[in-house]
Amino acid sequence: MSTRTAGSLRTYLITRVVLFVPQVLVILTIVFVLMRVAPGDPVTVALGGQRSPEQLAQLRAAAGYDRSIFVQYWEYISGIVRFDLGTTIVDSRPVTQIFKVNGGATLTLTSSALVIALLIGVPLGLIAGRVRDTGLDAGLRVFGILTYAAPVFFLGLIFQLVFARNLGWLPSSSQASPLVLARVPSETNIFLVDALLAGDSAAFWNGVQHLILPALTLGLLLSGVFMRIVRINLIQTLRSDYVEAARARGVSEGNVVIRHAFRNALVPFVTILGLQVALLLGGAILTEQTFNWNGIGSQLVRYLDSRDYVAVQGIITLVALAVVTASLLIDIINAIIDPRVRY
Amino acid sequence: MTEPVISVRDLRVWYGSERGPVRAVDGVTFDLRPGETLGLVGESGCGKSTLGRGVLGLLPRGAKLAGEVNYEGRNLVTASPKAIQRLRGPDLGLIFQEPLTRLNPLLRISDQFEETLRTHEPGLSKQDIRHRSIEVLRAMGIPPTRYRAYPHEFSGGMRQRIMIALALVLRPSFVVADEPTTALDVLVEAQIIGILGDLRRNFDTSLLFITHNLGIVAEACDRVAVMYAGRIVEQGPVTEVFARPQHPYTRELLRSTISLSTTGLHYIPGAPPDLIEPPSGCRFHPRCPSAMRVCPEQFPEQVEVGPQRVECWLHGPDELVPEGGREPLVREEITVADEA
Repeated sequence: MSTRTAGSLRTYLITRVVLFVPQVLVILTIVFVLMRVAPGDPVTVALGGQRSPEQLAQLRAAAGYDRSIFVQYWEYISGIVRFDLGTTIVDSRPVTQIFKVNGGATLTLTSSALVIALLIGVPLGLIAGRVRDTGLDAGLRVFGILTYAAPVFFLGLIFQLVFARNLGWLPSSSQASPLVLARVPSETNIFLVDALLAGDSAAFWNGVQHLILPALTLGLLLSGVFMRIVRINLIQTLRSDYVEAARARGVSEGNVVIRHAFRNALVPFVTILGLQVALLLGGAILTEQTFNWNGIGSQLVRYLDSRDYVAVQGIITLVALAVVTASLLIDIINAIIDPRVRY
Repeated sequence: MTEPVISVRDLRVWYGSERGPVRAVDGVTFDLRPGETLGLVGESGCGKSTLGRGVLGLLPRGAKLAGEVNYEGRNLVTASPKAIQRLRGPDLGLIFQEPLTRLNPLLRISDQFEETLRTHEPGLSKQDIRHRSIEVLRAMGIPPTRYRAYPHEFSGGMRQRIMIALALVLRPSFVVADEPTTALDVLVEAQIIGILGDLRRNFDTSLLFITHNLGIVAEACDRVAVMYAGRIVEQGPVTEVFARPQHPYTRELLRSTISLSTTGLHYIPGAPPDLIEPPSGCRFHPRCPSAMRVCPEQFPEQVEVGPQRVECWLHGPDELVPEGGREPLVREEITVADEA
């Protein structure tokens, strides 16, 4: 029996991974089309006022924008396969370089925000669902709405004002103090890892202090959503037939809530978690701006300001790939939790 | 006569609603002896399921319970939730109506048995758990090879047998079966009823069998209680009640059953009463073909008629019926209201 179950899990995973390819292709095509819908070619838009028409034509030809759209599409797709996303127009940097240098900062921010959101949102959702319709539940629901509705930059500014300026507990911007940043050699471009590799515990601690406020800001945004999703799903499963049946067998209340209600509530929660990756990345852009955090989000805003379509296209492409990959991972996790998915 | 396993006295269950309390069970009294099966019949919405849950203290949020459910010298109505939880499983069992949604879909059958056994017998070894679960499953016709399968890998009938096995693995002395065969086809139904019959013969389990199928009652039950609007209006041995129903409602209910010789459908006119504002006096009087003037005025006393106990003024007691109370009830207002 168990071999059959494991076999069908394997079949499911293979199918799911194979389906990943067309999914990615569709997303890449959408990104490509969206970037071409904007009027004018990227070179003219970015540098139009600054160069002579001859220079612009030369740059256009060099970048391949004088060729047919199908050739450009092929170039774009095959470039991604070779991990070549083109070169930025305003500062001639390979787009992949942006990810190498700034990706670590965004990864640090988003992953710690995700952990904070899970640590706050899931337990609060469990409590709220368990004590539903009490004062505590009402309070938690208000918290959920407020954290979701409060704009990231507003919450971020409040945190900077209270914890950095008035109380002076934590630094308000950047990944680390300037001197510390200069001191730690870049190995992985993830500051905290670099600090550990250099054996510099003071720098590591400095980095953690700088991380707290931005991660909390972004984490709170998601925690409200998480709390509400866990709460509503727990209420549903607590009302379900199998929970009543477990109670009828004398299963203890703790086991009823955790093993029966909460575990089943996790299935839709994990699915929605996959959709929240987009919210996380969107929130990261705003958080990075607010806290002067030098990640992908700040770079995207910078290149958008200078209308560098190549850079923007490259960044969006990779972010889209990240979201699709996250949804693949979520589906795999779901198949492990829920045996019915495998069929 | 042996002592009853469970003895219910004046049990009441009500739910709060915007219009006032819904009295789903309104003063029910019955006893169950070891190995006895009591069939509980009545129309949908008469409080059968609520009564079954109320006895086990498994009511939804907002429901209130009063009266006595005496089990082993203890009143379960006033017992602590913790104490009842310990009894559910090894002493009190419940078999449900919808087998498809009653098993946790994320846990293997083995996990669900393990949890049930571990909860009540913490010292049990993994070997013992496996042995006992497989033994009960085998008795229900589930092969041991499927012990580690998930619920969705079974058919509805198999799932119901697994549910029964889960309820019985701890050998409870009292089991409420709440329409256990309603969602199943007739062949599986016969099988399940056979299983429940074996249980009673082999382990002296007492069964409260809730159903609206009078055929099943005739086949599987020793005694029958007929419920109407939250009250038991007639109870007694199945053969007696079916052969000589004493309450007009029981009579009408029996006339409404369908058999091969049925040529026209008989039904009881009107609808089951509102449980928030039930009719005055006898609750059945607006639909009763033999209603008398006393019926809407006074609540009928419980009287013994042969081996049956009935709540109906037709059987007296005469000294309580007021002057002219036996005249047939004139029901003009009701007819007018019906046509309006």
